[in-house]
Amino acid sequence: MTILGIPILSLLIFFPILGAVVLLFINKENGRAIRWVALIIAFVEFIFSLPLFFAFDPKTAAMQFVEDWWWIQSYGISYKLGIDGISLLLVLLTTFLTILCILCSWTAITFRVKEFMISFLFLETGMIGALVSLDLVLFYVFWEVMLIPMYLLIGVWGDPKRRIYAAVKFFLFTMAGSVLMLVAILALYFLNQRATGISTFDVLELYKLGLPVGTQYWLFAAFALAFAIKVPMFPFHTWLPDAHTEAPTAGSVILAGVLLKMGTYGFIRFAIPLFPKAALDLLPLVSILAIIGIIYGALVSMMQPDLKRLVAFSSVSHLGYVMLGMFAFNMQGIQGSIYQMLNHGISTGSLFLIVGMVYERRHTRLIADFGGLSKVMPIYAVFFMIVTLSSIGLPGTNGFVGEFLILLGAFQSNVVYGVLAATGVILGAAYMLWMFQRVMFGKITRPENEKLKDLNAREISILVPMVIIIFLMGIYPKLFFSKMDASVEKFIKDFKGRVEMKADLPPAKVAEIKK
Amino acid sequence: MNPRTLDLEPFHWRISLMKIPEIDLYLIAPEIIITAFGFLVLLLDVFLPKGERKGYLGVISLIGILFAGLYTFPQIGSVRSGFEGMFTSDGYALFFKIIFLIIAFLTVLISIGYIHREMIEFGEYYALILFATLGMMLMAAGSHLITIFLGLETMSVSIYILAGMMREDKRSVEAALKYFLLGAFATGFLLYGIALVYGATGSLNLKDIATYIASKNLLRSPMLLMSLVFLTIGFGFKIASVPFHMWTPDVYEGAPTSITAFMATGVKAAAFSALVRVFFSALPAFRPDWTSIMWVICVATMTVGNIVAISQTNIKRLLAYSSIAHAGYILVAFVAGNDLGTSGILFYLMAYAFMNIGAFTVVILLGKKGEENTLINDYAGIGFKYPLLAASMTIFLLSMAGIPPLAGFMAKFYIFSAAVKSKFYWLAILGVLNSAVSVYYYLRVTVLMYFREPEREITGLQFSPASVLALLLAVIGTLYMGIFPANVLSLAQRSIGGLM
Repeated sequence: MTILGIPILSLLIFFPILGAVVLLFINKENGRAIRWVALIIAFVEFIFSLPLFFAFDPKTAAMQFVEDWWWIQSYGISYKLGIDGISLLLVLLTTFLTILCILCSWTAITFRVKEFMISFLFLETGMIGALVSLDLVLFYVFWEVMLIPMYLLIGVWGDPKRRIYAAVKFFLFTMAGSVLMLVAILALYFLNQRATGISTFDVLELYKLGLPVGTQYWLFAAFALAFAIKVPMFPFHTWLPDAHTEAPTAGSVILAGVLLKMGTYGFIRFAIPLFPKAALDLLPLVSILAIIGIIYGALVSMMQPDLKRLVAFSSVSHLGYVMLGMFAFNMQGIQGSIYQMLNHGISTGSLFLIVGMVYERRHTRLIADFGGLSKVMPIYAVFFMIVTLSSIGLPGTNGFVGEFLILLGAFQSNVVYGVLAATGVILGAAYMLWMFQRVMFGKITRPENEKLKDLNAREISILVPMVIIIFLMGIYPKLFFSKMDASVEKFIKDFKGRVEMKADLPPAKVAEIKK
Repeated sequence: MNPRTLDLEPFHWRISLMKIPEIDLYLIAPEIIITAFGFLVLLLDVFLPKGERKGYLGVISLIGILFAGLYTFPQIGSVRSGFEGMFTSDGYALFFKIIFLIIAFLTVLISIGYIHREMIEFGEYYALILFATLGMMLMAAGSHLITIFLGLETMSVSIYILAGMMREDKRSVEAALKYFLLGAFATGFLLYGIALVYGATGSLNLKDIATYIASKNLLRSPMLLMSLVFLTIGFGFKIASVPFHMWTPDVYEGAPTSITAFMATGVKAAAFSALVRVFFSALPAFRPDWTSIMWVICVATMTVGNIVAISQTNIKRLLAYSSIAHAGYILVAFVAGNDLGTSGILFYLMAYAFMNIGAFTVVILLGKKGEENTLINDYAGIGFKYPLLAASMTIFLLSMAGIPPLAGFMAKFYIFSAAVKSKFYWLAILGVLNSAVSVYYYLRVTVLMYFREPEREITGLQFSPASVLALLLAVIGTLYMGIFPANVLSLAQRSIGGLM
């Protein structure tokens, strides 16, 4: 399907690469041109993604804007793209955050600007590609494509002290999980081939396959490992604090904003619907790990002396909510989970932007080096406060809607989980407010802080859209929920239906299909 | 026991009166052309004064290779055999010939500048490369154990000499001698294996062997089981599988880098072509026996190759161990033994040719006379000083690590699909885990190139146009096979039809 005859999803995927090629030809001395061209490319990409939002038909749960061509026909690998309510909003989040990332790197990145922008655009291609792929191999390709630019972003432009360690750890950790997923993808393909005679990697076809429970466990484990590392779920989260802290601001924002969502998206698009019985059986395990993530993440956050590391661990905590809501397997839980994915992108992304702004000024991230900043940077304080409250989940902000729905869903599925998760809310408020108080309120204890400049126009222009969205999502969530309602309903219906389906195909039926 | 009739057919032609054997020249046209050009290069070298630039001999070799390619491509699609079934030009052989010609082409390209710089610019060099290619082509097209052996020896002797080409460098001489001694020893094993096969079946023709085994039900013949072991050892040495790999790092490090590239890709491909043909055409009945041995060798090869590569400090040795690991991955498809796997082997070897020669080209380009710069630490800071060189190296390294959308990923994808298809799940899992481990040492070079400042300045590099062309071709090959693998893959699939 196309808009005005243009295959919009392919356009969205490959436009950043075209933009990167254009950037190649600009002289690397011309920093201004590079930055502006990159910004324009990101902006145009965002404009291109808007028609998706408006032309999206919220009443159907089927995949929309589908493009389906053969890539490697002899193996059933197709170039198949499509979005539904779940991925639509994530795609928009991606294109939106990319603009802000390029804007926030305006003065922060001073060397190799061209390569930085090109890496970022490649990353955008990978992210959008992974979100809209409906073919398992295509998804895997884009999943891996995301790794290299992120690795370069952390390793070249990160904090010189530990950037290489963080970059290599990020790469190896993520890669190790993904390769096992590759074996699972292959196994799924051949099992499908044997059962139905069709050779395909098309995820929508593979949904229909009913696998024996034992096989489901193994394959789910492989997929879940890859995604759990990305989310990150406890205990696979150890790469995250290093990657987030050492990355440049734009890297942290996009990592928190979008890349982590790839893990949760992977669960909801692939791991759960492909292996529903295994997902249901492993629900307690995943929920417990999610709750541990929430509480552990919050507690460790509280103890961090480094601002960025604090926010990094808060990501672990927030995404624990997302996973808990997802595995509640009811309407509220899953909708809350998806909404929280978007929220986390906005609020934690904003937090990283804000930390980045103060880092640019003081070149330190230690909380002890700050104090009383609200006196000298009042505008900054306002934005910071709004974002903090959004992260905590104050009613009126986006965080509340997501958290509330997740807790509602969790309570419905299991009261104990709900109670435990609710304590996470308190802890969340604790570490965020304590951090805010130490950084912004009180007397100015250090002389270097007295001369800090408040936000300039560019920085305000980055934060204003975020704040607008925070309130929009908090006050009028229906705008976004209406898009995902149908898809989430279908997801739950399919899930419940297939869980009750016989786990083993009886032999007679297999013979029938094979003819 | 019945006296066995010796296979005297070929001799029969000679003693019959005035009957000239019909030789299908078109069938062996590529081989004849390569041989002719090899002799031409030798002659021209003799009759032209020493000391002058010999680059034109390289150009003549290139023309010869292209000419041979011209006669190879049209044959695709037809299956012809000649010389009483000793030589078969089927899809399998033709695919491998294309691989060998590509490898030879790229090697000569990178040699033109390199051997002039290293002052080993002898005409014999180019001639030997052509003769080695001839040997490889015979190995791939041989449907008779003697043909395969002849090809093997032609190739090996040429390579022994080429490895020792840098006569003043003791590492090169050591490499040549080591390779020669161990190679001769391994060839002895191979020959003994062949002899045992002959003793058990009375024939050396691969198809006849298979038929004989099937008809006389020789599955438990001790002679044949022993021959399996010896053939495994002989071929195992050539493909550098564990535990026959010990020569690889020293030989690869000592030999001139262009020859290392040639060895790492061409010899390996040729050895695999022969191994697959012998085991799949002649000894398929013994699959249960050799599968379990090969499974162990495969896992050991992948693991040892990857793990030892991690601690390497010399890029040539790193690439040597990485090539051991790659042989392991190819063995995964060998063990899987289905059509998917066999076409995967062909695809893998072609992809491997591009990325490996590409990597060695970068190693060559980064050095100069007297200063080889083959330590990994020499790569520090290259990323921004020589951006295109570093970018190409990154493409090759990432391709070897198996990152999409590069050729190496597609190749590994097919290999592991084959394993999963035949339900060798653990093999596939070990394979992908090894792949993940390998990412570490490939990535380490990119870390140095992009993330570290150079410890010392590397200046005065000369990029000969021929090498740059080779680099470009390798990059294009790697990208093409990664993003649009369908064409090469379907060619590979069509090529293995006549194998079993």
